[in-house]
Amino acid sequence: MLNVNHILETIKMIDEEDLDVRTITMGISLLDCCDADIDVSCEKVYKKITTKAKDLVKVGEQIEKEYGIPIINKRISVTPISMLVAVSGGDPVKYALTLEKAAQTVGVNFIGGYSALVQKGFSAGDKELIASIPRALSETEHICASVNVGSTKAGINMDAVQMMGNVIKESAELTKDRNCIGAAKLVVFCNAVEDNPFMAGAFHGVGEPDVELHVGVSGPGVVRAALAKAPKDLPMHEIADLIKRTAFKITRMGQLVGSIASERLGVPFGIVDLSLAPTPAVGDSVAYILEEMGLEVCGAYGTTACLAMLNDAVKKGGVMASSSVGGLSGAFIPVSEDAGMIAATRAGVLTLEKLEAMTAVCSVGLDMIVIPGETSAEVISGIIADEAAIGMVNSKTTAVRLIPAIGYQVGDELEFGGLLGSGPVMNINQTSCEVMIRRGGKIPAPLQSLKN
Amino acid sequence: MRAVLTVVGKDGVGILAKVSTKCANYNANIVDVNQTIMQDMFCMIMLVEIDQLHIAYTEFVDAMEQYGSTLGMKIHVMHEDIFQAMHTI
Repeated sequence: MLNVNHILETIKMIDEEDLDVRTITMGISLLDCCDADIDVSCEKVYKKITTKAKDLVKVGEQIEKEYGIPIINKRISVTPISMLVAVSGGDPVKYALTLEKAAQTVGVNFIGGYSALVQKGFSAGDKELIASIPRALSETEHICASVNVGSTKAGINMDAVQMMGNVIKESAELTKDRNCIGAAKLVVFCNAVEDNPFMAGAFHGVGEPDVELHVGVSGPGVVRAALAKAPKDLPMHEIADLIKRTAFKITRMGQLVGSIASERLGVPFGIVDLSLAPTPAVGDSVAYILEEMGLEVCGAYGTTACLAMLNDAVKKGGVMASSSVGGLSGAFIPVSEDAGMIAATRAGVLTLEKLEAMTAVCSVGLDMIVIPGETSAEVISGIIADEAAIGMVNSKTTAVRLIPAIGYQVGDELEFGGLLGSGPVMNINQTSCEVMIRRGGKIPAPLQSLKN
Repeated sequence: MRAVLTVVGKDGVGILAKVSTKCANYNANIVDVNQTIMQDMFCMIMLVEIDQLHIAYTEFVDAMEQYGSTLGMKIHVMHEDIFQAMHTI
């Protein structure tokens, strides 16, 4: 017989501590859909997605039921659409509308991959796609866009950084009657990964197989609950051990779900992304984990150190539990999606500067942060450049997902609903960096890139 | 295939009998039972074989969970693999 305590522990994790599989994401290559005629290309894209992913949602729901584990999202990531635009030319938004139609047909929550990779420069299709992002996001519901503007190997493409400041602002403006939701579906990356199952930054890299299945686990609530039981004088390294043990269990669950799903769908298993992804549900918060370690409020001094340890312990615990780990793997700190972060921002303890420091030691970057609508495009580009620099120098993925709240003032709240949550408009430093941003050009790759 | 059926709630007369009768109705063979009272809560764990069910497994899950709520208890039915995966190396 199975151990009674283990059974009850698992049920408690799911019932009370919000344990879930955040997403099963099917990566689909669209390279074989390219055609010189954009309409033919769109038709092939629609056909391929609706064929390969036709059972994705059904199988996901089956597994949920049989194993009793909630699988919150079923998603698809595709080859960066800029590559298709390079061949077909034409209005890239046609692809966005095609993807939207496919998303609705197969019933997935999101399709990611309205993307361009321009870290070293623009090739055919890239500029057209980037310029079309605001329109594509305002005319669709389920499509996510991302642009990779830098990498440790290539440096930072400052022309792209400059463009993205405008693109983010425009995305928010075109959707200002819908809480600026456009900007919430757009990520600017440095060192983007090719097998990420999480939105909004998922795309299916060119080095990946034709089709594969990734899993993104979640579980901040479980880690928090484990730490809540620990005595207040437990040394930090023992806290790290507790996190490792919990991360192991969470990841094993993800690994099981992923392998069953890939078997039933007849698609190779890609990776498990070992991430602590918060939800707006109270308790399912990364900020609360940090506070459980002994901070009064997330954002206090000590936050960066706690987050660094958490991020590392999650990976150490998870890596042994999975046959292949990948994606972003680490702790996420999306402000609007995390009840503790929202509270800390409202209290004025968590500032953009502190968040920037935190991104140097955690999984991704400045995520789901609502900034004043009047923030200039250049200041947004400046934030992107700083974040990309952290990623480039530290050989890690960093990202920026900012929502300029058009028509809102500092202290107002934007309500996105669902997993995206809600966020108070954060006061940020509006000092101009216009001259620097307008220089354009490139920040050369750092010495760290010369590893051979 | 085996599933783990857990029943948690306030202790009362005949819970084991009621739940096992319900299992028998669906032809779920109970292979092991463990019952305990933890902090005044009745807590029963059954290991059931689900290969010979009269209805689809997912319907069985729904039916048992619903039956739990009529008893005022929380019933979960989960595939045993999940517990093996999470708690054994």
